[in-house]
Amino acid sequence: MSEPTNPVDALLDRAQDLRQTLGGNFRDELVEAIYTDAQAIADRASVKSDSGRLDFDQRIDRLLTAPMLGLPLMLLMLGGVFWLTIAGANVPSQMLMSGLFWVEGAGSRLFEHLGAPWWLTGFVWHGVYRALAWVIAVMLPPMAIFFPMFTMLEDLGYLPRVAFNLDRLFSKAGAHGKQVLTMSMGFGCNAAGVIACRTIDSPRERLIAILTNNFVPCNGRWPTLILLATVFIAAAFPPEVASVAAAGSVAMVAVIGVLFTLVLSAILSRTVLKGTPSAFTLELPPYRRPSVVRILYTSLIDRTMFVLWRAIVFSAPAGGLIWLLANITISGHSLAFYLTDWLDPLGHAIGLDGVIVLAFFIAIPANEIVVPTILMLYLGNTMMTEELSSSSSWRSLFVGEHDWTLLTAVNLMLFSLLHNPCSTTIYTMWKETGSAKWTAFGALMPLAVGLVVTFTIAQVWYLFT
Amino acid sequence: MSECGSCSACPSSSQLDRMGLDVGKYDYVVALAGNPNTGKSSVFNALTGLRQHTGNWPGKTVTRAQGGYKFNGHRYKLVDLPGTYSLLSAAQDEEIARNFILFGRPDCTVVVTDATCLERNLNLALQVLEISSRVVVCVNLMDEAKRKGIQIDARALGRDLGVPIVLTSARTGDGLDALLVAIEQVVTGKVELHPHRVLRDGPFQRAVAELVPMVEEVAPGLPNARWVAMRLLDGDHRVRQALLSGELTEIASAQKVYEEKIPMTIAQGGRE
Repeated sequence: MSEPTNPVDALLDRAQDLRQTLGGNFRDELVEAIYTDAQAIADRASVKSDSGRLDFDQRIDRLLTAPMLGLPLMLLMLGGVFWLTIAGANVPSQMLMSGLFWVEGAGSRLFEHLGAPWWLTGFVWHGVYRALAWVIAVMLPPMAIFFPMFTMLEDLGYLPRVAFNLDRLFSKAGAHGKQVLTMSMGFGCNAAGVIACRTIDSPRERLIAILTNNFVPCNGRWPTLILLATVFIAAAFPPEVASVAAAGSVAMVAVIGVLFTLVLSAILSRTVLKGTPSAFTLELPPYRRPSVVRILYTSLIDRTMFVLWRAIVFSAPAGGLIWLLANITISGHSLAFYLTDWLDPLGHAIGLDGVIVLAFFIAIPANEIVVPTILMLYLGNTMMTEELSSSSSWRSLFVGEHDWTLLTAVNLMLFSLLHNPCSTTIYTMWKETGSAKWTAFGALMPLAVGLVVTFTIAQVWYLFT
Repeated sequence: MSECGSCSACPSSSQLDRMGLDVGKYDYVVALAGNPNTGKSSVFNALTGLRQHTGNWPGKTVTRAQGGYKFNGHRYKLVDLPGTYSLLSAAQDEEIARNFILFGRPDCTVVVTDATCLERNLNLALQVLEISSRVVVCVNLMDEAKRKGIQIDARALGRDLGVPIVLTSARTGDGLDALLVAIEQVVTGKVELHPHRVLRDGPFQRAVAELVPMVEEVAPGLPNARWVAMRLLDGDHRVRQALLSGELTEIASAQKVYEEKIPMTIAQGGRE
């Protein structure tokens, strides 16, 4: 490509010459011409008559994005959504549980009747099936209530207002304003939130957004939080305010997640990822009347079924694995016993126990199965799952047989918020950053934060009790 | 916009055959571009019958989604591009949109605009017109504009922009028939296009006009010599590099270089 009269060189030389004679401000000229023309054309083509309806949107916005009122209103709305979820999901969950566990009993009896070997019955019914039943019973009702409400807020156009309210805090943390939006997506799914970080132009700010996305609880973790709040937090309050207290505690976990996002973003943007936040324009879209059919479709098919399906896919093999761990014995003890025994000191140091730590390992592919795994490990070989269909019986299992305290519940909620992302999110981080180093950092940093926080709380607790 | 009384009797709507993900062979490629949150995904879903997740917030579609439809015997592949305010910056979503319009060789680019804030949306439409002639401007969210007391003069807009203008409310389906017809007319060359160019005269326009034939000589068949000339005048190093390394020449010679690489699943769920 290096002949003396190369047309490419001729072109580049001529372009260079023209650039110099034109003064090099081609782009400014172009942008200005575009703006001038756009204004003139829009003026000619659109006529606006005065109407009162415009002010309606603005009035609502003034309220929802008011400096003092915006954030409290937001918290109130979040709390309200959780309260409806907690209050509404209890009964259907119990019904599902007793129904599904009746099937387990009937299925295993049928297998026995047909003369199937005990290990086949155990593996299929008390392993794989039981994990599926737990996941469906624990997750389906809250999701079927939570997602339509969340989707409705999204459809209304509320999420950009959330971004607007939080923008000031994020810019103080040295993060990009769009990170609020990617964070909001993280409330749904961290992997989706990480992908959404592509909209952030600056590589530095994009990396911050990717690395801190996991600090907000995703769909897979809401059920864990809601369940623990129902079983433990609610029980610590008189029945009249129990569900409100439970909802408040879940909302508080979400707020703690946002706080950690801010703090870690601030630390990152002042140390390894130094720089000034870049400006961006956020459009507040008009409020739109949500379409009921689309909300139901999006929230039930796209979200609920998507998440549930993922949970089912991961819980079936996990169920089998747990059953094997609990039933393969070496010198009198099961594999699960050795593992949990080995993990117990670590668990105790952070206010949990070995079973819970093991459950978090097994749940790396999907956070959804943390609680079902804990339950299955605790229950071991017992067949008495039919009795475990109310929150009070869960309490007696956790507190009565496995010495859970308020510390266990609080630290489990916190650890569920602050630990490594699920494998899908880790893989997405790797694809988005293209760097094994940052992926490892993004996976281990939240875990380290979680260990430090739960360890500190546990040690303080042990000091005073 | 035309309010037709009987949908079932309407010839154009009965000829729309939504093909969803089943794109297969197609006759024409249509790109959907536009500012964030103007309802591109709603238009996309209405035409393809897919249910790419739509949400009332900017920046929802990060990657491209594609689907297909059949209209009047022609098969179309429709590509939903990420929303962008401008084609001039370097953000990844904007680059995806720009590269596709430039090198994906769409037979028609539909710029979806928000009727309630036309001026800002026209900035992007004018940028698209600057680099492509086969354009339909779809003024969407007309229902909302009506609610806010805004009227759009489609004829005045059409005169100024020199391409077909269609007024739509994609969520209710109003005006989509007209959009299908307009796209058909553009891809089949049945309508004369005089795209508005912001650089009409002056030294800049002359400089662009001088470089275009030289670019065409270097990379014959490149879909967008005008854009390359403009980037060179702006001193874009990457375009210089691409010319020197022969990358742009390759794009010109290769058939459908920007052929779909992203898995279909994205179009299906709007997520990975």
